Amino acid sequence: MDTATVLDARGLKCPMPIVKTAQAIKTVEQGELLEVLATDPGSVADFAAWSRSTGNELVESSVTDGVYRFVMRRK
Amino acid sequence: MSDEVAINLVLFSGTDDKLQAAAVLAAGAAALGKPVHVFLQYWALDAFRTDRIDTILPLAPEAGPAGKAAVAHMREAGQQSWAQTFRDAKEIGEVDIQACSLSMDVLGLSSDQLDPLVDGVEGVAAFYVNAGDGQVVFI
Repeated sequence: MDTATVLDARGLKCPMPIVKTAQAIKTVEQGELLEVLATDPGSVADFAAWSRSTGNELVESSVTDGVYRFVMRRK
Repeated sequence: MSDEVAINLVLFSGTDDKLQAAAVLAAGAAALGKPVHVFLQYWALDAFRTDRIDTILPLAPEAGPAGKAAVAHMREAGQQSWAQTFRDAKEIGEVDIQACSLSMDVLGLSSDQLDPLVDGVEGVAAFYVNAGDGQVVFI
């Protein structure tokens, strides 16, 4: 199991979760994972769209107790 | 240069809410790797003055008292300013911000009165040439 760099974007409003993710993905090596936690309900659609557009694979998208969890693999 | 088609935002309004909305559009596009061109006219340009950019600006008239309260509440809850969102957008992507030369004249501004977020001054022809085939949005 790969360990992921974690970005806590809970409490941030649109577009900050995706903006912080665009910053954080640069700190991760190619092929490595970035995990993002968010509470913005728009982030589900945003992370799917961001992944399609940038080519960074969305490995996991889930929600637990109102916290969204996205795991991405850097292209 | 990115091979993505650019998004071109013409900012006219200098109210806090419209600038916030514009900053969100710019940052979102930058996060997706789209080049963003911002052209500042009139009151939006005035808001980018060094002595105004970090002040709290008025809202659009349609905000009303309830809208004013809602925006104030967001600010107190820690929502960052529109200027900071533009700074973030520049950090993550290709965001070029240009002042409209006519508006510079109208407002009697010189380049050294503008925040460093502003990359330069250009006329409308340069704006359209740089916009290429990308959409132009007026805010």
